[in-house]
Amino acid sequence: MRLLALLAAVVVAPAFAQPIEALRTPPVKVHAPSDVLRVCADPDNLPYSRADGSGFENRIARLLAMDLGVDLQFAWLPDRRGFVRKTLGAGDCDVLIGVPAGFERVAPTRPYYRSSYAWVQREGAGEPPSSFDDPQLAGRRIGIQLIGDDQATSPPGFALARHAAGAHVVGFPIPGDKPAAQRIVEAIAAGELDAGIVWGPQAGYFAKRASVPMRVAPMAAPPDLARVQPFAFEIAVGVRRGEDALRQRVDEALVRHRAEIDTILAEYGVPRVEGTP
Amino acid sequence: MRCLVLALAGLLAGTAALAQPQADGQWTMAARDHASTRFSPLAEVTPANAAQLQLAFSFPTGLSRGHEAAPIVAEDTMFIVGPYPNPLFALDLTKPGAPLKWRFDPKPHPSSQGVACCDTVNRGAAYDKGRLFFNTLDNQTIAVDAKTGKELWRTQLGDIKKGESMTMAPLVVKDKVLVGNAGGEFGVRGWLTALDAATGTIAWRAYSTGPDKDVLIGPDFKPFYKSDQGKDLGVTTWPSGMWKIGGGTVWGWVSYDAELDLVYYGTGNPGPWNPEQRPGDNKWTSGVFARKPDTGEAVWYYQLSPHDLHDYDAVNESILVDLDLQGSKRKVLLRPERNGYVYVMDRTTGQVLSATPFVHVTSSLGVDLQTGALKYNPAKDARMGETVRSICPASPGAKDWQPAAWSPRTRILYIPHQNLCQDASVYEASYIAGTPFVGADVKMYAGPGGHRGVFTAWDPVAARKVWEVKEDFPVWSGALVTAGDVVFYGTMDGWFKALDAKSGKELWKFKTDSGIIGQPVTYRGPDGKQYVAVLAGVGGWAGAIVSGRLDPRDGGAAAGFVNAMRDLPERTKAGGKLYVFALPGSGK
Repeated sequence: MRLLALLAAVVVAPAFAQPIEALRTPPVKVHAPSDVLRVCADPDNLPYSRADGSGFENRIARLLAMDLGVDLQFAWLPDRRGFVRKTLGAGDCDVLIGVPAGFERVAPTRPYYRSSYAWVQREGAGEPPSSFDDPQLAGRRIGIQLIGDDQATSPPGFALARHAAGAHVVGFPIPGDKPAAQRIVEAIAAGELDAGIVWGPQAGYFAKRASVPMRVAPMAAPPDLARVQPFAFEIAVGVRRGEDALRQRVDEALVRHRAEIDTILAEYGVPRVEGTP
Repeated sequence: MRCLVLALAGLLAGTAALAQPQADGQWTMAARDHASTRFSPLAEVTPANAAQLQLAFSFPTGLSRGHEAAPIVAEDTMFIVGPYPNPLFALDLTKPGAPLKWRFDPKPHPSSQGVACCDTVNRGAAYDKGRLFFNTLDNQTIAVDAKTGKELWRTQLGDIKKGESMTMAPLVVKDKVLVGNAGGEFGVRGWLTALDAATGTIAWRAYSTGPDKDVLIGPDFKPFYKSDQGKDLGVTTWPSGMWKIGGGTVWGWVSYDAELDLVYYGTGNPGPWNPEQRPGDNKWTSGVFARKPDTGEAVWYYQLSPHDLHDYDAVNESILVDLDLQGSKRKVLLRPERNGYVYVMDRTTGQVLSATPFVHVTSSLGVDLQTGALKYNPAKDARMGETVRSICPASPGAKDWQPAAWSPRTRILYIPHQNLCQDASVYEASYIAGTPFVGADVKMYAGPGGHRGVFTAWDPVAARKVWEVKEDFPVWSGALVTAGDVVFYGTMDGWFKALDAKSGKELWKFKTDSGIIGQPVTYRGPDGKQYVAVLAGVGGWAGAIVSGRLDPRDGGAAAGFVNAMRDLPERTKAGGKLYVFALPGSGK
């Protein structure tokens, strides 16, 4: 649909007295070099990535570079609104190790894992809720991640609101000294929150490192929202749109190293879910 | 000498003349006067001679982001604040070509670029008693000596780590510098802060959310409508604790009425929650406050968009005028509002006297003057998983930050604005900070008529349009009107225009290298001539496709604005430059 509009736009050249080239500021034309893998990454967003290379996406990037037989370079930028535009778009790097499958701003590979939002609570503090209509849910202090995009919300935040369980929800904005997921888990450990509903990879990683034993249980979206706001997402590698050759090479490398990637994800406590959202 | 006269004029405040002309042809604050009229008493340029305007001098800033600042003119010097990294330039108007006198570099933290929502703009400085005051993107207010460019003080007011930034132009009122923050979508709690002009110490801070004591609501608070009355509404109109990150940032304009001794300003949209997650009115977001400048105490408040659904910040300017309404003289404030209405309000009480749509509006069905309530149209309430088309106005509103002008001669409000609607349709998976979500794919496009911008002359008494000029692109520049009955504005494809203030007839236009989103000003030079100045340098939310080099294929970029602006890169290019015009011939 969008593509169709684009083709039309290209065909209809506006009529100008002077050559259009003199007026236009074209988007940066870049192609991925073939002798180096340039990865865009957040310098401080564990478990995914960190400037010291300790994130699981850093590890996967090293694996891919090794497979392709090229050097690895990172372009560091905090993952905020405009991240794709300021990294891939600016030509500073060519690969994003984690994007949702179907993310239209990049050309995604085939997904290499699937996770889900997860309920996080202290071990021994009762049972996770059976559903979003569980009467106990409304009374609990629940931490959720905020997105930082106008009027956008995380799927669990939305589900809590729809099921009248949002009375004691606490939102954790992206900006802060530590990742929002880490702040949520620390607040649960400190007893400031009863629970959190956090995206799986972050939930698993920080729960593993919490000061008290934690329980992490992947959650399913309530049936009324499963279609519009699923809790499970497939994650792929993303390259710039139009970079089909690079995407194919990455796709093949992901297949070749599936076992190692699974090992890395397990090591970081990433909850994996199968099937449909 | 001239400085002394000006200082005296400041001391003699309290006369009935609201838009008190300054002692000469200076332009010391973004809107020229505390009433925010952007009206200049200079009359050398008229409809009869405006066609002869020619370039007197220009000055490239060397910066490529959006240039939204108003040039400030005082002490025969012009002062310009650039977008990030916010250099302050001083140009010597006594010498041919106005050479650079000094340059001050505040060196804001580079990370602040990451928290600016919509291009790293700055809306300019304010001059008072030999000092310049301006804000930096990384939340500092800085005072600089106008003569030497030496720093007098700087105060850190907010934290980029929390998502805060500052883009607005300060207003100086009774030796206090009034400034506010930006960053509502990041979970920032909005505030207006008063700093002591001499030292930079914080005199008071009024939050836009939370308990009454934080909002500086006390016994003198008398809102006109019931919906704004009650204890701690900044807490109780939110689900538990959400006010702590509730938005209501103050990134727009502030006005001041010396006679009533009240400061007026608007608050931004509630954030960062999806509307369904924040049932309630979400006070005190998307509304207008009247406060006492000495203490910050709130006197009245009116909520323009309760429980905002469409990102309609209420940060637009309050223009203070006296009107004859139904046979009686009323002290009013005029607000051409983001939600699509021109509000005429009693500025003593906060009563809405009229609210009339000035664009095509589908998101609401009018304002109930009895209760003050905006009547939302439930059919345009974008609900997750549903496609909602033709939401008018689009998120940037009928009019965004770009300030209007008022002429006491023509009794007309000159409104630069846009004509945009939007669809919230295809929902796609997205991923910020590694957290996946399904976001509405917002697409903006031209409203009825197919033009994206309008320059509207509006009669607030008759509550109707007097004339309009349709523009291809949104009119994202400020407006200026003079006692010569000439009105000025710029277009995003780089035309600076002069129109007859009475008829709207185009008198003159000049093509600039980059599109114009700055605020035009006029002043009398040391040679006695009238000059008109404007910064070109396209950008801002509307022009981010050029200044941020966005991919025109990505219609969802810049929060959906790119879809409406795909052709802008073919029509202009980035680059900041000051242009100053005058009539031919030497001065007096």
